[in-house]
Amino acid sequence: MDIKLQQVSYAYSKGTPFEKYALFNVDLTIPHGTYQAIIGHTGSGKSTILQHFNGLLKPSEGQVHIGERVIVAGKKAKELKPVRQKVGIVFQFPEHQLFEETVLKDIMFGPMNFGVSEQVAEARARELIKLVGLPEDILNKSPFDLSGGQMRRVAIAGVLAMDPEVIVLDEPTAGLDPRGQKEIMDMFYNLHKERGLTTILVTHSMEDAARYADQIAIMHEGRCVLNGTPHEIFSDSDTLEKYRLELPHIVRFQRKIEQLMKKPLSKICLTEEELAAEVAHALREGRDAK
Amino acid sequence: MMEKMIFGRYIPGESFVHRLDPRSKLIFVFAFILVVFLANNIVTYALLLAFTLLVILMSRIRLYFLINGLKPIIILLVFTFFIHILFTREGDILLDLGFLKVYEEGLRQGIFISVRFLVLVFMTSILTLTTSPISITDGIEVLLNPLKKIKLPVHELALMMSIALRFIPTLMDETDKIMKAQMARGSDLSAGPLKERIKAVVPLLVPLFVSAFKRAEDLATAMEVRGYRGGEGRTRYRQLKWDWRDTLCLVVFVIMTALLVFYRN
Amino acid sequence: MTEILSFNNVSFSYTPDNPELRNAVQDVSFSINEGEWIAIVGHNGSGKSTMVKLVCGLLFPQDGEVRVMRNVLTEENLWEVRSNIGMVFQNPDNQFVGATVQDDVAFALENSGVPYTEMVDRVHSSLAQVKMDKFLNHEPHHLSGGQKQRVAIAGALAMRPKLLILDEATSMLDPQGRDEVLKTVRALREEIGLTVLSITHDVEEALFADRVLFMNNGQKYAEGTPSEIFSLGDKLVEFGLELPFAMRMTKLFKDNGVLLEGQHMSEEELVNDLWTSNFNK
Repeated sequence: MDIKLQQVSYAYSKGTPFEKYALFNVDLTIPHGTYQAIIGHTGSGKSTILQHFNGLLKPSEGQVHIGERVIVAGKKAKELKPVRQKVGIVFQFPEHQLFEETVLKDIMFGPMNFGVSEQVAEARARELIKLVGLPEDILNKSPFDLSGGQMRRVAIAGVLAMDPEVIVLDEPTAGLDPRGQKEIMDMFYNLHKERGLTTILVTHSMEDAARYADQIAIMHEGRCVLNGTPHEIFSDSDTLEKYRLELPHIVRFQRKIEQLMKKPLSKICLTEEELAAEVAHALREGRDAK
Repeated sequence: MMEKMIFGRYIPGESFVHRLDPRSKLIFVFAFILVVFLANNIVTYALLLAFTLLVILMSRIRLYFLINGLKPIIILLVFTFFIHILFTREGDILLDLGFLKVYEEGLRQGIFISVRFLVLVFMTSILTLTTSPISITDGIEVLLNPLKKIKLPVHELALMMSIALRFIPTLMDETDKIMKAQMARGSDLSAGPLKERIKAVVPLLVPLFVSAFKRAEDLATAMEVRGYRGGEGRTRYRQLKWDWRDTLCLVVFVIMTALLVFYRN
Repeated sequence: MTEILSFNNVSFSYTPDNPELRNAVQDVSFSINEGEWIAIVGHNGSGKSTMVKLVCGLLFPQDGEVRVMRNVLTEENLWEVRSNIGMVFQNPDNQFVGATVQDDVAFALENSGVPYTEMVDRVHSSLAQVKMDKFLNHEPHHLSGGQKQRVAIAGALAMRPKLLILDEATSMLDPQGRDEVLKTVRALREEIGLTVLSITHDVEEALFADRVLFMNNGQKYAEGTPSEIFSLGDKLVEFGLELPFAMRMTKLFKDNGVLLEGQHMSEEELVNDLWTSNFNK
């Protein structure tokens, strides 16, 4: 299921003295099965754009294609439920959405809203609780008795239980400790790889974008100013600087090493492992050449 | 719809009215509400209306914006006007359409009531539009200070109000976020029969309460650590300054009242 | 050296009636001297936050004692102790009391009855110290997370505290906000020699500290300079923390057969070692 934004603009409080545009003429296509990162500073329009992916916001101008569905500015969009089932959103601090008496019921809330039977919803909950790394007996506890990290995982399971084709993640690891961050990010990456889930990661972390994404879009002051593969995006540090964004730590470090070696490595490395291997390779070649 | 409502909103500015001390504005508006009822003929109502328009002009808030923002209230006003026209049967008949007779007294009453209502709404709106909620709180606290003698916890009430005001935008954002999160999980807040809709509010209210309590707890801790022990022995950072504008404002008010008393029947 | 804070064999349990559950803080001792920056690191639930509550008298230990400025913290001297401690909490929104930036900074001053003119001075100068003096009348919902945290720091500074505690103050911020806050704290240390206690799970933040306390399951697992602590290596990872970037790279380089001399905390050291071990021969 592709997601396509065409000339999308969005204004908050439209038609009042408080009117404020948050998006201007955004064009963005996210093909089925892509891992797309959307990067930008706070206030760049990231969180506005993400609410267009399942019709929570309707564009003030332009149109949004979500699979077969088209949401056009100025036209009433009815029955958005099928769209919302297909595009799951994990909002920032998703643990704030928990409300049921038990973890099990909370995870079943989403699927049952979309007409899934109780048996199926429960089966999904039992499967997903393990996937997010929690023991099954937690299902009968109250979500409010869990630790912050556990609540986060339950909330994520609640979104995955809707069985979406596209998953949108808004800073999914904010506030977690390093181990928790890595576990959550790796889990989503595995889901993406194994089930072909289209994944849209909205973040300010260049590191996560570099490590996981196939495509990176840069948002700046309500506009989508760049979109390309990590290699394309990170080979142009001047442009990034223009938008007050830094290269990922790993790429900055690579540049330092390249200065030292007085020649560039054969490619831009996006993970620490890749860089270590690449440097070792270059050094061996250097020695062999002598 | 809610976004267009301006009742209770504050629009920052630098006009004469904006710069008045909240105390003089509060005294003025409360006294005005009482004095409005002195008016009982064309001259006095005209006086009130003219005076209100003058205040609006001085506040530099666009009349169009004010009327647009108060639309629901103005609809109510038009409704009251017609009720009076239809149901008051005194004086000469001005218009006779057979099924409907408009009497002179009805028209008079309709206009008077509407003008009274209008000036009251405009004046109170001007107060909130030109005074930040926190200044209003300060003003109320100082004005109510004498009531401390009868053990009214004025400081605590004012602090409560200012914290509530401070957290309104935060909680509004929060409500919006939770609503969006539940909508994304397929909950539908705007459709279906009443029973369904009430059920749909639970997923919104529970998280909202949980988060509000968490915030309250955090805030209480932060306040305690920062040495808050109640109003005793506290000094005030926000100082109110009464200057010539405020005195002028009250003098003008006295003159207006005198004129009202003089011209009323 | 003046001692600012010390824990002497402090233990605390949230459930003292149930001896089966482990204590939130178990037999912890350490001290901070004037001008030091101490970082307490540990995964979520390691007892870090309980320690903060013990420092500012929100909780009292069941065993051992907490001394602030050499006085044992008790119910009686609580308020005096608190006036010497400035705190910045995790959630920027939930500690902003005032309606505007300047009102918030003045809050603690009002509480301790500082006269008006002095208050104005202190509010302005402490906001200048955190570079927020252009935002006097801004309301909290128009500020970024990093700005709100800087205002919270200014609010603490206005009280001229002996100790500034950062309780996971950067964990809810974006990278930009985090940098802002850390830069501010570092500048304050240089300018006025502020004593800092930071509770964090961000290793890059802990690297700035003079000493690091590594907590695990309520106990002090290790204490030492950042390089001593991070040389524990995999032990830290096992307990849910990360190693600093330069250390991770050093290890990966060695695994790939790149010649290197030692362990490195900072990128500069690592780059220098790469140079001397591989090129400068």
